[in-house]
Amino acid sequence: MASQNQLSSIKGAKVLMVGAGGIGCELLKTLALSGFQDIHIIDMDTIEVSNLNRQFLFRKSHVGQSKAKVARDAVLKFRPHISITPYHANVKDPDFNVDFFKQFNVVLNGLDNLDARRHVNRLCLAAEVPLVESGTTGFLGQVTVHVKGRTECYECQPKPAPKTYPVCTITSTPSKFVHCIVWAKDLLFTKLFGDKNQENDLNVRSTDATSSSEHVEDVFERRKDEDIEQYGRRIYDHVFGYNIEEALSNEETWKNRNRPKPIYSRDFLHDEIAQQNGNVDKDCAAGDPSSVSAMASLGMKNPQDIWCLKENSRIFMEAFKLFFMKREKEIGNLTFDKDDQLAVEFVTAAANIRATSFGIPLHSLFEAKGIAGNIVHAVATTNAIIAGLIVIEAIKVLQNDTNNYRMTYCLEHPTRKMLLMPVEPFEANKSCYVCSESPLTLEINTHRAKLRDFVEKIVKAKLGMYFPLIMYGAALLYEVGDDLDEAMVANYAANLEKVLSELPSPVTSGTTVTVEDLKQELTCNINIKHREEFDEEKEPDGMLLSGWTQASSVEKDDNKSNGNGGSTSNASQAVPVEAEDNVEMDVLSGKKRRLSEISGQDLLSVTDETKNHEKLEVVDDDDDLVMLDDDPGLNKRKRIQ
Amino acid sequence: MDGEELTEQETALYDRQIRVWGADAQRRLSKSHILVCGMKGTVAEFCKNIVLAGVGSLTLVDDRVATDEALFSSNFLIPPDENVYRGKTLAELCCDSLKDFNPMVRVSVEKGDVSGFDGEFFNKYDVVVVSCCSLATKKSVNEKCRKLSKHIAFYTVDCRDSSGEIFVDLQDHIYSKKNLEETAECKLQYPSFEEAISVPWRALPRRVSKLYFAMRVIEKFEAEGCHPGDVSIADLPGVLKLKKELCEANEVIKAISGKGDPLKNFFFFDAVDGKGIIEDISVSNPKSGS
Repeated sequence: MASQNQLSSIKGAKVLMVGAGGIGCELLKTLALSGFQDIHIIDMDTIEVSNLNRQFLFRKSHVGQSKAKVARDAVLKFRPHISITPYHANVKDPDFNVDFFKQFNVVLNGLDNLDARRHVNRLCLAAEVPLVESGTTGFLGQVTVHVKGRTECYECQPKPAPKTYPVCTITSTPSKFVHCIVWAKDLLFTKLFGDKNQENDLNVRSTDATSSSEHVEDVFERRKDEDIEQYGRRIYDHVFGYNIEEALSNEETWKNRNRPKPIYSRDFLHDEIAQQNGNVDKDCAAGDPSSVSAMASLGMKNPQDIWCLKENSRIFMEAFKLFFMKREKEIGNLTFDKDDQLAVEFVTAAANIRATSFGIPLHSLFEAKGIAGNIVHAVATTNAIIAGLIVIEAIKVLQNDTNNYRMTYCLEHPTRKMLLMPVEPFEANKSCYVCSESPLTLEINTHRAKLRDFVEKIVKAKLGMYFPLIMYGAALLYEVGDDLDEAMVANYAANLEKVLSELPSPVTSGTTVTVEDLKQELTCNINIKHREEFDEEKEPDGMLLSGWTQASSVEKDDNKSNGNGGSTSNASQAVPVEAEDNVEMDVLSGKKRRLSEISGQDLLSVTDETKNHEKLEVVDDDDDLVMLDDDPGLNKRKRIQ
Repeated sequence: MDGEELTEQETALYDRQIRVWGADAQRRLSKSHILVCGMKGTVAEFCKNIVLAGVGSLTLVDDRVATDEALFSSNFLIPPDENVYRGKTLAELCCDSLKDFNPMVRVSVEKGDVSGFDGEFFNKYDVVVVSCCSLATKKSVNEKCRKLSKHIAFYTVDCRDSSGEIFVDLQDHIYSKKNLEETAECKLQYPSFEEAISVPWRALPRRVSKLYFAMRVIEKFEAEGCHPGDVSIADLPGVLKLKKELCEANEVIKAISGKGDPLKNFFFFDAVDGKGIIEDISVSNPKSGS
């Protein structure tokens, strides 16, 4: 039974939940059952079919409705007398400002992406409201507590960044299926159906690009008098045949690699034409463009099947034609979406054909969709466990029971007999630019980089600011806001196009620029250092920010598998970017921390002798263990107390 | 595998979890039959998760009539509306809510007392979960399941105060374990409930969770006349009344699907220290006698 003390702090508490998805549904239920009376909940999403296997407050009839609102109604059915206030909105909306956050005793996150987590972290720091953060993926999960002045903030430690791949791996030397998916999705699909003006490396065929670029330019355009069938086959032959032949001509590339095999449409598609045209016409009676499917029109049903090369080729052609026949209006504006069946079909087929060329094992549509869409697998039970742990921590926070705060990891395989492993929280990182406001250093070519590059690539993409204000000394270089007059707007727009050293107050090597986000109440000083050259592969931004805690995001070839990341699906190799219930558990990033580091005195109540023994065992048995968090050498975190 | 494919509807609904345990496991789940006895908060939580996961059928047993709201205060499956619950049993009320969670799962109620069911009755199920019943009932249900030639997975769940315990008996359990590329077949032997709770304390492995002892003491105390679940002992500083479903649904899924290390054979959770601990307590424990 909860003590009187606890009950009264629960009853008097006003809590904010951010996210009403997998964790959110469970959390709202557990909060209600635990006696919380005043709960506010923000979620911008609407309900989808693939949510229903775990977001138990939702039914099929709710598909398309606001998660926050439906969740509220569902919980009021078994707890009619509590107050739940839903907001069908983005937590990044300016309405949810520091004053809004200040009204709450604790904020509980059940979010699915890094950006929103960072934003909430900053608002909680500014409003001085404790934050309980969480995440799950498959059987794994974690809950952490962030209280300003007591523990580290959410951004004190590096987070696994969205994975990126070296350009030449994608364009010329794929070795894994995910490389083929990235090629099909980000290069081919975008080139054909997306923004044609976007820079695209589709025709970079080898490291030494002396190629005939003017000839290449028009290949992807449909020629006059060319029917869709001819157009599609020409594209097919160009990307799977001609491009591979071109790449093969560069002997240097293939010295230590298997040579890819060019594939031409005539080998697989010669007698299919007539029959397929017929199918396309008869099958798409329904007017809804989102229901168009190449699988359906070819009579293929099972998304778990792995198609042979011929089937992939037919799907490729069918999907290509369907885009032009049924969804022509969207061409030029399409971006890949995991819920767009036709796009998934096209990308799966294209990736499989490319995989065949390079001798990479083929994958089913189901698997390809998971990789292309960065879908994180999820089950109800893990979310329920994590929600329970969030509430346990929330109650401690409300009681100011500082000494008992814990970060808890939910594991798939026991570590030291534990499936739920509590760990003492860490002290704030003194060089964290978010909670300690320590300065960052930016190496940049001040004679070539424009203010716009700085705003887009650093301030927005890296620092996660949405309403930035940029100052050098007393001079305002740039700001965003609704209350600016026209002259200022014009002035800022002009500044954006200027290179740093030519701004009204020139930003040169040795100067310090101040960047602020007024909504997040975050200020950040950046020391500027001029540098002439940048490595295109390793530093694609053309600038380098240091003192900033995001981990390197470029894929390394050490495919470390981890004991607790176990999953039966191949998709797990392509680790999440932003997907549902995304955990930034460091276990997933392949980085490990010795378990001996986490053996706080209270972890196991054992004698000193056995403890030492245990440590030795642990170190010997390295591979089977879940190590927590990051490289200990990088940034040694201190435990509270 | 079994030759039957998942329907398009199933693939769409179960997409995210098929990515966790694979299509084969999902097919096996959809053919499994689960029996649950004793509808309290923790068990309601388990039922919700197993129904969402998409088992073939779920059968509920609990004849207690919903008269006093305290009886289901921690059970979110039962609305606290007298017009709804009047005259119905806890099993019936939970059944009504659970049906809604997943139309592809058959949820039904069996009348009767769990201690009165015979082996033939249990033979219809692949998994049996008992809660809120006496020590004697737990033992006897476990024995009845063990006598059947079919391997029934047996679980007991109990929450006391801020702590919880799960006991698992999978008898001789064969499962596949994935190590990097290859899949190995593993075999585990489980002791019965009776065996597991009567291991002499001095023969237990060192550092067994204190909750194991606490739970045995409570059982003994209850067997002498108290109602199951009514006890809150001073030994466990009671703070939180948070019913945790713990990892049980995940465990049942592992048992049915034959994938991944199943839990052997006790799991303890204490909200006070936050640890969720596995203990393997068997008759022929290698460390016994030390």
